[in-house]
Amino acid sequence: MKQQLNQIKADVVSALENISSKAELESFRVEFLGKKGRLTQVLRGMGGLSPEERPVVGQLANEVRSFIETEIERMGEKLEKELLEKRLVEERIDVTIPGTRKKLGKRHPITTVLDEIKDIFIGMGFQIAEGPEIEGEYYNFKALNMPEGHPARDVQDTFYITEDVVLRTQTSTVQARVMESQKPPIRIIAPGRVYRSDAVDATHSPLFHQIEGLVVDKGVTMADLKGTLEVFCKRLYGEDKKFRFRPHYFPFTEPSCELDISCPACNGKGCRVCKGEGWIELLGAGMVHPKVLEMSGIDSTIYSGFAFGIGLERTVMRRYEIDDLRLFFENNLKFLKQF
Amino acid sequence: MKLPLSWIQDYVDIEGITPREYQGALTMSGTMVEGILQQGENIQNVVTGKILKIEAHPDADKLVVCQVDVGDETVQIVTGAKNMKEGDFVPVAKDGAILPVGKIKKGKLRGVESCGMMCSEEELGLAEEGTCDGLMILPKDTPIGMDIRDYLGLNEKIAEFEITSNRPDCLSVIGLARETAVTLGKPFNFKKPAVTQSGGDVNDYISVEVLDSELCPRYCCRAVRNVKIGPSPAWLQKRLELSGIRAINNIVDITNYVMLEYGQPMHAFDRRDISSSKIVVRRAKDGEVLTTLDGIERKLSNKDLVIADGEKAIGLAGVMGGENSEIKEDTTDVIFESANFNGVSIRNTSKKLGIRTESSSRFEKGLDPNNAMAALDRACELVALLNAGEIVSGVIDVCAQMKPNREIPFNPDNINRILGISIDRDFMVETLTALEFKVEGDRVVVPSFRGDVEGEADLAEEVARMYGYNNIPSTLLKGETTMGGKNKKQMAEDLVKDTLVSLGLYEIMTYSFVSPKIYEKLNIPKPDYIEISNPLGEEHSIMRTTAVASALEALATNYNQRNDEAFLFELATTYHKGGEDALAIEKQEVVIAMYGDVDFYGIKGVVEQLLEAFGITYYDIVPETENPIFHPGQTAVMKLKNKPAVTVGRVHPLVQKNFGIVPDAYVAVLDFDILLECQRTDKKYKQLPKYPAITRDIAMVVSDEINVRQIEDVFRKTRSNILESYELFDVYKGKQVGEGLKSVAYSLSFRAADKTLTDDEVNTVMENIISELEKKLNAKLRL
Repeated sequence: MKQQLNQIKADVVSALENISSKAELESFRVEFLGKKGRLTQVLRGMGGLSPEERPVVGQLANEVRSFIETEIERMGEKLEKELLEKRLVEERIDVTIPGTRKKLGKRHPITTVLDEIKDIFIGMGFQIAEGPEIEGEYYNFKALNMPEGHPARDVQDTFYITEDVVLRTQTSTVQARVMESQKPPIRIIAPGRVYRSDAVDATHSPLFHQIEGLVVDKGVTMADLKGTLEVFCKRLYGEDKKFRFRPHYFPFTEPSCELDISCPACNGKGCRVCKGEGWIELLGAGMVHPKVLEMSGIDSTIYSGFAFGIGLERTVMRRYEIDDLRLFFENNLKFLKQF
Repeated sequence: MKLPLSWIQDYVDIEGITPREYQGALTMSGTMVEGILQQGENIQNVVTGKILKIEAHPDADKLVVCQVDVGDETVQIVTGAKNMKEGDFVPVAKDGAILPVGKIKKGKLRGVESCGMMCSEEELGLAEEGTCDGLMILPKDTPIGMDIRDYLGLNEKIAEFEITSNRPDCLSVIGLARETAVTLGKPFNFKKPAVTQSGGDVNDYISVEVLDSELCPRYCCRAVRNVKIGPSPAWLQKRLELSGIRAINNIVDITNYVMLEYGQPMHAFDRRDISSSKIVVRRAKDGEVLTTLDGIERKLSNKDLVIADGEKAIGLAGVMGGENSEIKEDTTDVIFESANFNGVSIRNTSKKLGIRTESSSRFEKGLDPNNAMAALDRACELVALLNAGEIVSGVIDVCAQMKPNREIPFNPDNINRILGISIDRDFMVETLTALEFKVEGDRVVVPSFRGDVEGEADLAEEVARMYGYNNIPSTLLKGETTMGGKNKKQMAEDLVKDTLVSLGLYEIMTYSFVSPKIYEKLNIPKPDYIEISNPLGEEHSIMRTTAVASALEALATNYNQRNDEAFLFELATTYHKGGEDALAIEKQEVVIAMYGDVDFYGIKGVVEQLLEAFGITYYDIVPETENPIFHPGQTAVMKLKNKPAVTVGRVHPLVQKNFGIVPDAYVAVLDFDILLECQRTDKKYKQLPKYPAITRDIAMVVSDEINVRQIEDVFRKTRSNILESYELFDVYKGKQVGEGLKSVAYSLSFRAADKTLTDDEVNTVMENIISELEKKLNAKLRL
């Protein structure tokens, strides 16, 4: 019997070599372990063994059984693996064929950049303020220290609805409205549409967007203005950029300044883009004129503040190197899809 | 303002400072220098030459062949010019020369070799385009072979300044020299002009009466006799021309020279033309007529100030002189006017009549009356220098009470507090004194030419710009924390954009002003819209009351650009009459416009998903058949809180045609205010279902007139707490169901939160629903 068992074991080893499918493996299992299988047959003859032989042969039979079972399992795994590998090879596709796409919409590039700017200022504790586009002459001019006959009024070619009502020429109109309705500390930005009667060309539009900023509190200084705007510019344009503050004039701020960025095209050496100056103007700013504070009912001996105005289209044009302002309002998808 | 820097050099020593340094320094102290042009920079290898011989060109009638001596050689040049003769001296651009118009190279002209070019003033960049006729002929004593830049003295640096409107004092050499001196820390060498009087009495020559001292606070004049009119000397002409003013004759040139130098516009009258030798400064009579120096007849009104004589107007005050009293070749007696006029009045007159002159653009910013006399004296000093006439003794000065110079408090601590630095008092005093402020203890007397300085903030700027803005530290905001962020409406705006973008739509931006013709194109009556009184053109002349037309135009643009598909939206502001304080009511609407792979249900789905994003899942909906913009059979109005909030549908074929859109277009308009009002943000978690659902399909035949919404209303009104949801899965019209009928099929899902439902429980509800459908809608159940 021992011999028989050893023979089975040897046969198993050689039979296994020829197995190449799961079906073959199953018939192999039946052949050896099935009800009529060879091992079962052998074991049936156990009754004829002597009591001394029985445990010895029994042990051997168990060893053979577990050997066969292990081998079947091992073989099964091997076959499974081969099958999987075969399938994986068969399922190979050309992965360089372009993907199937979902239709995706996009925000207008002006909104995208505006959102970014809003986030920067919200991070510094600013709120978003709003005001009407069709605005009283008072808020557009007088409250900004531009009384009637002020020469600065001429600089802004104004659209009039009536003598006293205009299309706002700047988002600075929101300054007085906010100061009248809110007590310091005030930290707001006011983005929106503004209007100037400029004929349409690559760099002019009768409608464009500005972002006004206003901070009013006790002890606000020009150094704070510089610091705040530097944070803003560095986050928007990159830490490596150089900036300079240059004196300028606005009727509603004093001292006033303009903020320039080193020309990205020539790195400040002077080129066509910057007209040889090495700098490009980014925005106008200044300390809120005490008269403007007083007109809006804020005591300028207690409070001070700063204000700034950013031209959004120009910012977006610089960001994406867009050379024609008209594209923004044409709404051609060939343009809008690029951002 | 454009000036040769050599003129500044008269008043402050800027030798040895490079143009780039000058530009940087002045720009950073508040006087923006836009650029400095080095004259002759774009001229190279151009020399003086003498034409030795002129011969006809063998093959061209209009060309001649010249032999020209350029010093080291004689070159042959072919030219089409005609104004030269043998022996003339001309500028010669040699082979390889650089001119403002380009590079000159040796070449053949109609077969004859030409080794350069003889130049006109225009080609050298010395004259405006189209003003030259022929070559520049140089004087007979010109040395041959000399660099033309040296010969013509093309060595000036011309600076272009941008002067802000608050600094009219800087519209002058003196003002800019003062700024230059303080910026560079150099002395400002101003000399008071000296007048050599020749006797006589000015009062015998002229009398002055000012009838409106508000519009003319000061009027000074002097008389000059035995005037010899002629050209000004070259140095003076050159300075004027480099500053952009054409030289005319010595007297007129003097007035312009003084205007540039002192910033005080002047005028010269021919005394013969002043009737009864009397100048009257008065308002014009309504309808009074004056022909100005440019030969144009101006109709004046009572708001305009004129200089008149005993009879008539002879000048438009501060704007332009009259033709009737101009300086002529035989003028012998001249009256120099140096006056001060009210800025606002000059601005209005100049705007109304459309004349903007060097004079008016200075006066309108408000000039210093104190400057008038100094300028007048400077003019007389120049008369003597040019030997142009004799100054009659005495001066007329009609002057309203002069305002004393403004005094403002000076507190270095306050200035430091504004700037956020600590500059010491000495620096401040030094700076202000150099700028001609007088510091007297805790007060500062502002010089009369600095009308812009009104308070401490202005003093802070004076100090800061000389200290250097870039030397002020950068600090971050301190103080009470503020609550930043967006409000509910602003967040809702973001939600609209986020949702529509995620549904595949592109955001557009369109103009707020439109043409009144859009209403015709939209086929709707014109509403009472807001008009712009001075529009750029009809196309942009009214404020839109709807953004639909703009969106349709955007669709048309995309169609014309051959884009297969356009899914667009805009969160647009519209403008309506009737706002507070005579302003507009500004409303926002969401306009969605689509063509391409979309139908009515496609755009409706977008609207539904947008509403869902706002937490709005139920609304009333009715077909809209009356809106002329839309297709009467494919349009619906959705109502929220009983107000029409959304119109969605296919664009009417006629309207589509008006806008030139060929593919079927779909539009939805949502009232943003109502959307915001109905927004639900109170989302609550609902327990996930524990027990299985039972679904039942139901198909029925109803009249085609019945909308599925009516069927759904029946479902909803059963108010069964186990009817979890219903979903339409088929609508069929055709022969099998019969004419005027349709088959509608729903899948209903039932579920209880606390147990597994039995068939009986579901059947009861189903029976109820079916009987209601039969009763209310005459529905026939299909099996």
